[in-house]
Amino acid sequence: MSEPTARKYTKEHEWIDIEGSVATVGITAYAADKLGDVVFVDLPTIGSSVAEGRVVGEIESTKSVGELFAPVNGTVLDINEAVVATPELVNSDPFGEGWLIKVEFTELPELLTYEQYSALVGE
Amino acid sequence: MTDSSESNTPERLSPLHAQHVAAGASFTDFAGWQMPVRYSSDLAEHHAVRTAAGVFDLSHMAEIVILGPESADALDYALAGKISAVAIGQAKYSLLLGREGGIVDDLVAYRTGEDRFLIVANASNRAVVAEQLLERCSLFDCQVFDESDDIALIAVQGPKAYEILSQVPGVQVDGLADLKYYWSTPGTFKPVPGERETHELLVARTGYTGEDGFELYVAPDAAPLLWDAIMETGAGSGLVPAGLASRDTLRLEAGMPLYGHELGLDTFPAQAGLGRVVNLKKEGDFVGREAAETGAPDGAPILVGLVSEGKRAGRAGYEVYSSPDAGLVEGRVGVITSGALSPTLGYPIAMAYVDAASASDGAELFIDVRGTRVPASVVALPFYKRETNS
Repeated sequence: MSEPTARKYTKEHEWIDIEGSVATVGITAYAADKLGDVVFVDLPTIGSSVAEGRVVGEIESTKSVGELFAPVNGTVLDINEAVVATPELVNSDPFGEGWLIKVEFTELPELLTYEQYSALVGE
Repeated sequence: MTDSSESNTPERLSPLHAQHVAAGASFTDFAGWQMPVRYSSDLAEHHAVRTAAGVFDLSHMAEIVILGPESADALDYALAGKISAVAIGQAKYSLLLGREGGIVDDLVAYRTGEDRFLIVANASNRAVVAEQLLERCSLFDCQVFDESDDIALIAVQGPKAYEILSQVPGVQVDGLADLKYYWSTPGTFKPVPGERETHELLVARTGYTGEDGFELYVAPDAAPLLWDAIMETGAGSGLVPAGLASRDTLRLEAGMPLYGHELGLDTFPAQAGLGRVVNLKKEGDFVGREAAETGAPDGAPILVGLVSEGKRAGRAGYEVYSSPDAGLVEGRVGVITSGALSPTLGYPIAMAYVDAASASDGAELFIDVRGTRVPASVVALPFYKRETNS
């Protein structure tokens, strides 16, 4: 995967790493920190189609529930089974081993750059 | 993911704020205060309190002093319990009731002298508790002082709390080892050995975690040095600073109610399992007595514990149903007030108000977890009880 600075972002605190027609999606370190310790991750089934802006999964911490939104229209190619088994990966390595889903897309919507996202969260 | 931590009100900082920043805390707004929600991991902080010790900053809490020859009588009238029966040095969990019988706040009353009491109330209720105590006590020969701004509060909680506190340099507390649960004793703190500077402490064996532990009331300007001394002493024993997130899961496991969740103006103590806290046998009138004698209306919901399998926890506001397919109206039996995946037990736990008919232990209910009805069983509170040797 590319460096976080080269990835795209959403206002919902997701990062998107684009390789050809496949988008790998996770939540940002900022979001993981706000959530606290993640204890449960619910992801969509492989092969299901997802629509941009729709809830496709849940990330639960001891304190609260975060929703995972699909950043693009497409089909779920893969999900991170490791993060389902070991949800704390979302906290320990949100930009790496804590990735959540891979989606095959045909068209990219408008997404935030690293700089725009950083400005949004004030960091 | 949405974030709603924006606020326009100026936030108050704890006297320990610099300590929290240095320890890398994340902050949350709590009753107008910027308080640490966690330092690194709320799960790690939770487990540290269960297995070793944690230190909490509770300086936002309200401390109100009642002073004067009729202060005990005044508190018998102002509060639900028989405060005049509390011995010097003893503490008592009590309730400030409204005239209609609902709960204005839950609090701890410490008798620190024949004619002196310290009332410790929730930060969010500071103004109303101070105002109500002032009004109710005005009928008696005593005075009410809101000393919240002049008192900091540090809690050391966990099985190693005594071992650590007894070794903090400069802390002198006579009889700490024999201090019983819900008793307090005065002590002193000398931050610098050999110097004359000495601060008074009130040390109480109380807490809100379900573990053994102590709460230390101290002047705000001495609090940072006391915090540092506790941290240094406990570091080798597994003591960590613990934030409000872990405090919430700890108190939930221990079945302790939280104002605004399990307790409120529309809740009668008996509904919350706190009927024993209202002393109807004490002589004389007290605010809320008449309503308490009448009791909660028929059919009023009752606070229960719910446990379920898996990892998906019911949370505050989630509805509880009688069956997996019962209708939204006729099948609804209650609502969750607090819930989490229990860090100690490993399964979801929740407190909920449910109809009396659904409140018996073992009743099988269903929590609507964001559209999915998850089976849950009614259990007696608390969910977690520490093992005691004595």
